[in-house]
Amino acid sequence: MELDTFTLSRLQFALTIMFHYLFPPLSIGLGVLMAIMEGMYLRTHDPHYHAMTRFWVRIFAVNFAVGVASGIVMEFQFGTNWSRYARFVGDVFGSALAAEGIFAFFLESGFLSVLVFGWDRVSPPIHFVATCMVALGSMFSAVWIVVANSFMQTPAGYRIEMTQTGRRAVVADFWAVLFSPSSVERLVHVLLGAWILGAFFVMSISAWYLIHRRHEEFARRSFTIAMWFGALSLIAIWISGDSQARKVAHTQPAKLAALEGHLHASNEGTSLTLFGLPDPKEDRIDYQIGIPGLLSFLVYGDFHKPVRALDQFSPQDRPPLAIPFSTYHLMLAVASILPLVLAYALWQWWRGRLFTQRWLLWCFVVAVIGPYLANQSGWVCAEVGRQPWIVYGQLRTSEAFSPSVPAGQVGASLCMFGVMYALLFAVWVYVLNRKIQHGPEPVPGGPEATSAEDLLEAAARYGGAAPFSMTEAKG
Amino acid sequence: MDLNLNLIWFILLGVLLAGYAILDGFDLGVGMLHLFVRDNTERRILLNSIGPLWDGNEVWLVVFGGATFAAFPGAYATAFSGFYLAFMLLLLALISRAVSIEFRSKATHPLWRSFWDTAFFLGSLLATFLYGVAVGNTMVGLPIAADQEFAGDFMDLLRPYALLVGLFAVATFLTHGSIYLYLKTEGTLQQRIHGWMWTTFGFFLVMYLLTTIVTIVQFPDSTRNFREHPWIWVVVLLNVLAIANIPRAIYVQRPYYAFVSSAATIAAFTFLFGLALYPNLIVSTLGPEKNLTIYNAASTKETLSIMLIIALLGMPFVLSYTAVVYWIFRGKVQIGESSY
Repeated sequence: MELDTFTLSRLQFALTIMFHYLFPPLSIGLGVLMAIMEGMYLRTHDPHYHAMTRFWVRIFAVNFAVGVASGIVMEFQFGTNWSRYARFVGDVFGSALAAEGIFAFFLESGFLSVLVFGWDRVSPPIHFVATCMVALGSMFSAVWIVVANSFMQTPAGYRIEMTQTGRRAVVADFWAVLFSPSSVERLVHVLLGAWILGAFFVMSISAWYLIHRRHEEFARRSFTIAMWFGALSLIAIWISGDSQARKVAHTQPAKLAALEGHLHASNEGTSLTLFGLPDPKEDRIDYQIGIPGLLSFLVYGDFHKPVRALDQFSPQDRPPLAIPFSTYHLMLAVASILPLVLAYALWQWWRGRLFTQRWLLWCFVVAVIGPYLANQSGWVCAEVGRQPWIVYGQLRTSEAFSPSVPAGQVGASLCMFGVMYALLFAVWVYVLNRKIQHGPEPVPGGPEATSAEDLLEAAARYGGAAPFSMTEAKG
Repeated sequence: MDLNLNLIWFILLGVLLAGYAILDGFDLGVGMLHLFVRDNTERRILLNSIGPLWDGNEVWLVVFGGATFAAFPGAYATAFSGFYLAFMLLLLALISRAVSIEFRSKATHPLWRSFWDTAFFLGSLLATFLYGVAVGNTMVGLPIAADQEFAGDFMDLLRPYALLVGLFAVATFLTHGSIYLYLKTEGTLQQRIHGWMWTTFGFFLVMYLLTTIVTIVQFPDSTRNFREHPWIWVVVLLNVLAIANIPRAIYVQRPYYAFVSSAATIAAFTFLFGLALYPNLIVSTLGPEKNLTIYNAASTKETLSIMLIIALLGMPFVLSYTAVVYWIFRGKVQIGESSY
């Protein structure tokens, strides 16, 4: 592997996008959960829900800050490192990025200030509106990013024209760009993946509190809300994953062949690979275990109709094998294990024994790693599986980088990002840990305020015009 | 100047740039000034004066980038790859700012705090300076070849004129930021900030005169649009009046007028910068036929009109809730439990 501008730019993009994508899914998932909790508070005036919202907002703010900081890099990088790509797709892709800024970023950042700093400045309903707007804004952001990325996966609604600097794609039908063959399926999948991450994140911290017998009322309620939200999202993501894979089979058959490790053409039905170890040098999958005919059935509804194999594409159009295959199966493994754990937890919850089983709670403390892995690996298999194209069938990745940037400069910036992100990640973990150790604020009226008088008293204390004024101006 | 979609988008980019410079200008200024207070309480007041606002202000830059990509992808590709190292430094600065204001209050150890405070100061200074350097380099032009790609190296960007404009940007945002702080503070801190306003304005005035003279001498061509359209002189006059009004308003204790004047000054600078360029976006030093203009670097009419619809749909909302947020956080800074 030669360390030229092209390779270094790819490495830098991989590093910066994967680091960035640690944060937005949590913002999206946690945003919905915060809105649910604050909605419950407005309905019931139960101070526990208020304490829950405030705690998760603090976590959200730290996560959001690193997400914003690492996100600016993405907005610039298409121009700095991929200038020929920017020229080729600007007419189509740029609009989606600009729309993301106008419709999503302004919404998020504007209302985030009310969400974080506005507790004692606005009334509870207005604060709730701000929470919903931030949650919506983070999802709008996903909408436009997925629209832009779907143009790279399944370009539609465009025509090619010649300019003085070469070919470029221009908009022919805006709605066809927006609803490209894959954009809706992919958006649903991305949002569900983020919601599951948010749910497991909340369950992880709550389980940790329960194990250590701290903030138990807070933790039980947070856990229960997140558990139901996560369970519904997990059911939905299996349906979404199935429809998305079928879409890939029709729009990007070479990608599907790589994801499934389906290397050699045959006249029989194609099996669905459950396990295998890819050998990148030999282009071979070792120890491959599959269910015969199942892939054919899932794609075509027919156990005997063969799916196109990797060797039916000309060598220069084949995606690499090892990375798409292994990341895709990692995602599937996570998606298979999490429902089992969650179903068992729901059963125990039904029998009233969930919060006393320490081993099960420990499972949830670590289970959050699963959705993080699945969100990352899902995007990796989508992006690497698209190779060698940057815009599928239209522009090769090797034709897209900035010719005017020397490799040394990209190497320098890659090192800069490496060092900075390592530092940022360490600080993020440190600050997050402090927030978790500190925990939510104690609820006035005692931890077990369940009698009618207590609730009324708490409601009276919290239901006034400025219920959040716990602060004193210090000059 | 016929009003067409390309020109409309040139103007809209100018509006976004001016919006960014006015809004992020004051919080960059605060970032450069916050080291010069006496204790942690004062520093928290300064940081919290911009706490709820800086993030939204920075979005103007992100949207400016996105809109340039959409409307003039040729210029976006050329400028961003041509200014590669400068943009990487800008990213370093912006990331440092974003995380240091968020992280500083999360622990109390003095070393922790001074680390993030220094990072916030350096990030603000570097971002402002690079912003000015970019404007300066755009005035001078870049070695752009016929394929619209940058054909120089990093040292081409460190020209004396660009560095001068970089310092000018620092002076402008320092003035803007100290006036903003005067509005948001009270008591003895405010009295000291009164002094900062005079100092920074003095620095600004020197840099303004120097930059103006050098610009006129070195780039006589930058006023070519003035000859065709004499009404531009009205803007120049208003610009000078706005600058003159800053010390007057400070002197007569009308800080709001001073702030509005410095905002108007920044808007006028952006406007004059746009006029000096028009109809070019990036001037090629290798020959005028290689210039990137608002026509040869633009997207298609279809995309420009779709984008215009998006802007017309979105911007009224953006402006109204930006106004609401500023209104919610109006008045003097109060440190509360959700503050930084």
